[in-house]
Amino acid sequence: MANFITIDRIRRSRDGSSGDAANDLPLYMAAGEQKQKQKGGGEGGGEGGDSEGGQKMAEKGEDLKEEMDNLLDEIDTVLEENAEEFVKNYVQRGGE
Amino acid sequence: MQKRIYGIETEFGIIFTPEGRKTLPVEKAIRFLFEKLITTEHFLNVFLENGARFYQDTGCHPEYATPECISPSQLTIYDRAGERILEDLQIYAEEKIREERIPGKLSIFKNNTDFVGNSYGCHENYLVDRDVDFYYLAEQLIPFLVTRQIYTGAGKVFQTQDGIHYCVSQRAQHIYQKISGTTTNDRSIINTRDEPHADREKYRRLHVIVGDSNMSEYTNFIKVGTASVVLQMIEDNYINKDFTLRNPVKAIKDITYDATCKRKLRLDNGREYSPIEIQREYCEMAQKYIEQYPVTEDHKKAVHMWQHVLDCLDTDPNKLDRQIDWVIKRKLIQSWVDKHETTWDDPRVLMLDLQYHDIRRERSLFYLMERKGAVERLFTDEQVDAAKATPPPDTRAKMRGEFIKLARENSIQYDLDWSNIRLGNLLNVRVICNNPFETDTEKVAELVRTIQKTNLRKTSLSKLVIQS
Repeated sequence: MANFITIDRIRRSRDGSSGDAANDLPLYMAAGEQKQKQKGGGEGGGEGGDSEGGQKMAEKGEDLKEEMDNLLDEIDTVLEENAEEFVKNYVQRGGE
Repeated sequence: MQKRIYGIETEFGIIFTPEGRKTLPVEKAIRFLFEKLITTEHFLNVFLENGARFYQDTGCHPEYATPECISPSQLTIYDRAGERILEDLQIYAEEKIREERIPGKLSIFKNNTDFVGNSYGCHENYLVDRDVDFYYLAEQLIPFLVTRQIYTGAGKVFQTQDGIHYCVSQRAQHIYQKISGTTTNDRSIINTRDEPHADREKYRRLHVIVGDSNMSEYTNFIKVGTASVVLQMIEDNYINKDFTLRNPVKAIKDITYDATCKRKLRLDNGREYSPIEIQREYCEMAQKYIEQYPVTEDHKKAVHMWQHVLDCLDTDPNKLDRQIDWVIKRKLIQSWVDKHETTWDDPRVLMLDLQYHDIRRERSLFYLMERKGAVERLFTDEQVDAAKATPPPDTRAKMRGEFIKLARENSIQYDLDWSNIRLGNLLNVRVICNNPFETDTEKVAELVRTIQKTNLRKTSLSKLVIQS
């Protein structure tokens, strides 16, 4: 059942419904999306975020942006260098 | 059937990229993959100690068929174990190729399409009762299978004359029939291949070939888990609504081009439903069903997740950017495009799409995200590692896997298929197991002991058949 707790936690934290949940935010979330969630709340009782929670969320938003930037930087380090050529050469025979 | 056997066959894409002038045709590259797996079985077709089969398929694809599994959870773990087994073989093969002085990179992808529009598959297998009318079952399943891509699709960037499209599914473009007997031409949603690898009087095999190969454990689990619940509801005659689509083959293509998942489809009775609405109907029936009928924990878990993903798809699909492959990948590409201030036309976008599916973890974008905690996991690396070397404890695969281990340790010649074990230097001793739920490994151990005593390697026994 742990999985469902995770899902609910993520959903709650995205909806900005609780300040505490902000500590458990998923790493992979664009800061833009985060800000939008703070303004609008969301479905599932998202109206309850207090201003202190909002402050925390904003700080967390910055952290998340950093996480996201790090992830994208790492993607650039592993992404195939000759991308265009590689993709064009990627021809398989039909299978099955 | 409450107790069911599940299996997935995955065909992988493979390419060798030379770093110098010397190159290596794929026929040769694939041989290096198998080099580490030398047994007395046929070359390019072997069974593994975890009970799975690994072989070269039509079109020179490496193919991994999971062992017989008893639940969607177990199947998800064994499917991923196949990626790890193949990754080990790929690392070994790349090293061997280097020793042959052909510098380059061997890449293997768990996806379903190449650059020019060829497709290779991911086939789900479900053991079903022979009593159930196959065409009734298929007709009932088709609307479900056509619309489930909204939470099972692996996503695909398509270049067309009108520009770039992001499709929900890799496979949808390559389906031309509702039901058919072939898999290479006229690919269908359900294939009629009926090889139960079990007692034909009792069982048949349902061979679903419309699905995408999944990287995300969550997506893979929900794909098999929901199908399993729907199957059971059909077997119990629980489905009392008719969602027959007027044109299911057209619908499957329309859905894949509609990332909102809300465009209406026409049913045979003239009504119109969106893919989300059709899935909701099935899901609501399943919610009631699991309250009334005996079901497994996996079924309950799958139905709970099903409701969650449909709620998210209804409000904002981006909420599934940690769970569902097509959403995870779309979010990844969009963030990358934003960072580089470029557009989806950028040729590197196609590479991002492809590299998401690389099975070599240090190169794979999916696995990079997983390491960063950016995608949700249902299982652990320990569970997957264990499944590389040991068979599922509750199906016939246990007998096969343990036999292979014993035979290798004792240098006994053998040959296998799903329901037969042949051994001895003339392969004249045979164990038949037509019951996929059978786990009695004592029979196999006894046989090996007999062989050791009589030293079968020197004297050949008269033909001995053990039926289980």
